[in-house]
Amino acid sequence: MTTGIIIAHRSEAVGHDGFAQLLRAEWTKFRTVRGWVIALGAAALVIVLLSFVSASGSRFSFCPTGPSSCTSRHPAVPTGPGGEPVTDSFMSVHQPLVGNGAVTVRVTSLSGAHTSGSPVGGGPNGTLRPTSQPVLAPWAKAGIIVERDTSQGAAYAAVMVTGAHGVRMQYDYTHDAPGLPGAVAVSSPRWLRLTRIGDIITGYDSTDGSHWSDIGTAQLRGLPSTVQIGLLVASPAYFPSGSNNGYPSMATASFDEISVRGDLPTNSWTGEAIGANAFYPVLPTASSWHRLSRNAFTITGSGDIAPRVGGSIFNGDIGGSILVGAIPGLIVLIVVATLFVTSEYRRGLIRITLTASPRRGRVLAAKAIVIGSVAFAAGLVGTALAEVIAHHVLITNGNYLLPVSGPTEARVIVGTALLLAVAAVLALALGTAFRRSAAAVVTGIVLLVLPFILVYTLPAGDSNWLMRLTPTAAFSVQGTQPSSPLVANAYTVTNGYYPLEPWAGLAVLCGYAAIALGAATWLLRRRDV
Amino acid sequence: MREALHAEWTKLRTLASTSWLLLSTAVFTVGVSAAVVAASSYQPFGYQDTPKLSLTGIDLGQAVVSVLAVLVMSNEYSTGMIRTTLTAMPRRLVVLAAKATLLTGAAVAGGIVAVGGCLLAGRLILPSRGFTVPHGYALLSLAHDATLRAAGGSVLYLVLISLFSLGVATAIRDSATAIGVVLGLLYLFPLLAQVVTDPVWHRHLEQIGPMTAGLAIQATTDLHSLPISPWAGLGVLALWAGAALATGGILLRLRDA
Repeated sequence: MTTGIIIAHRSEAVGHDGFAQLLRAEWTKFRTVRGWVIALGAAALVIVLLSFVSASGSRFSFCPTGPSSCTSRHPAVPTGPGGEPVTDSFMSVHQPLVGNGAVTVRVTSLSGAHTSGSPVGGGPNGTLRPTSQPVLAPWAKAGIIVERDTSQGAAYAAVMVTGAHGVRMQYDYTHDAPGLPGAVAVSSPRWLRLTRIGDIITGYDSTDGSHWSDIGTAQLRGLPSTVQIGLLVASPAYFPSGSNNGYPSMATASFDEISVRGDLPTNSWTGEAIGANAFYPVLPTASSWHRLSRNAFTITGSGDIAPRVGGSIFNGDIGGSILVGAIPGLIVLIVVATLFVTSEYRRGLIRITLTASPRRGRVLAAKAIVIGSVAFAAGLVGTALAEVIAHHVLITNGNYLLPVSGPTEARVIVGTALLLAVAAVLALALGTAFRRSAAAVVTGIVLLVLPFILVYTLPAGDSNWLMRLTPTAAFSVQGTQPSSPLVANAYTVTNGYYPLEPWAGLAVLCGYAAIALGAATWLLRRRDV
Repeated sequence: MREALHAEWTKLRTLASTSWLLLSTAVFTVGVSAAVVAASSYQPFGYQDTPKLSLTGIDLGQAVVSVLAVLVMSNEYSTGMIRTTLTAMPRRLVVLAAKATLLTGAAVAGGIVAVGGCLLAGRLILPSRGFTVPHGYALLSLAHDATLRAAGGSVLYLVLISLFSLGVATAIRDSATAIGVVLGLLYLFPLLAQVVTDPVWHRHLEQIGPMTAGLAIQATTDLHSLPISPWAGLGVLALWAGAALATGGILLRLRDA
């Protein structure tokens, strides 16, 4: 503390009132208080430590067919033709096709149900009571498919009727084109057709079997001469609104008027549950098929053919380790940043500071730069170490981590460090405005941490506004979970999905910090010290 | 002890911040509860614990109560008043006991107003959000045993939080650090429990955390699925408060002021 006085005094004696001297004076004040420097180290340490604890407590356990079948390592996640992780599990009735050909079918009904068991994924958000009324998942699928082979992740093209999205043509997991709208029923059946010429697959739909319209064309590069053609039924996890959890669901479809043109070496249909018991909330006993006549089937299936997304039901890590580590680090930095200014008031040092440099706004700016920089440095070290360690521990514990690109990883680390820096500036501004450390610390913590507690304890969705409007929105910068319009999911904060884009969320916090800093400058200029 | 109580009562009563903080406790608690209840809506699939939902504001109210409790002790250190206090009353534990007694009274008073306001807000707002009798939600009422326990327990929760904060502040002495420690311990456990996927860890974290265990007292439905039973949970928080007060008391005895 005395060093700060000497420097401020000297700078005035020499006649300098430059900003560099001011910065140096504030930096000296910070670094010469041993407790604050220790606290800075503690902030970095606690980020690493808590991330480690949190990652250690996240153990993978997967029991596909009951308690005796549990494994502590996640099953292989299939990757699609583009290398991206996908879900590929459904009920298939198929046979090989050699060379060019076409398959046509009429779908007369698609109905669904979800399980009566407990919700998948668990979680503290109240007890869900499944209703007995039939529920058809919006992305339940029934249709025809042309596949490279029946392995998971194989290249494919399909036309299908869906639960709530009409007829679709989809291929290679990520591509989607709409066909006829509306639901399928006995009174309004849908005819579907796929033609194969080389590696070009074209999908058609029709309401009467004679007037056809073209939905889309897919080029499946490197498609071998022999492919699998067949019928498919899938029903993805169903998410009641207001819930973080989902239920496995199943769907049953009726097919008739099946006709196939082309070279069929076996000329017999085989039923197979593709990817049953794999890494998807599938019902092991749900898949079945019944041949009603030579060209009519009833097929029941569960699962999905889609890009893989995050969330507890998909058993992937939701990126919570870094989050939990950052919060105690944040609390330590809020305390230090507040004390950086309030201790000047308590000891009367503020009078000397403001006598030495009477331009008060510049004093606050210098303090903000110093505390922001040291918080950023501590945060960067802590978060980078925590990310590496947590990643390693999570993998060792058998968890599945969705792939994250290098730039995204860097964004999480630098973004979290920036979050901590801006939060420290906000706490400094609060300390200046209140002049009392207790009020400033509690306001800072309540603004930045409490919204998380509320989001986690309130029904999903009802609390999204908290993650848009409060400074906690800045944690959006940690979001890495992929989402897809082709997959229904509980895209909630609890599952690692933030309502704002990463940098937009950080901008919300910057807005709060700017307003607080403005108010603090105004109060500092206006008030006597 | 009577003199100590009288002295501490005078200090507490004559500080403007005391009444402001108690008022803020009630206002913020009721405000958050009302906002949360107004933002929620009936969902046919889930069952909401509406008394618990209406008491959500305690999550914030406890922060204000902890400020009050921390300041009762740390203000003495920041102003140097502690030397005068201990000169006048050399039996240090009696001073701490007097402060704890008065804080209990203050927290009960503030807590009753806050919890009453929360329940009133819930009673008035919930039916308009679809939580109606035809949907299986009775009007909030203290005549309902579980709701009465949740309400009374929430007042006790605030009392224990204030004692816990007093203990921490006595041990740490600096207000900013003490509040950081108190809120860190309160808020960290629920967040940690949320991201830990191992069910055993998850359960244990909720059982030992002062906030997660203590707030089990607010649950009125599905008690068998709680990580810890309501009164046992409050007991865990009482252990935290007792340990903090004991540590604070020992340090107060041993250290120079």
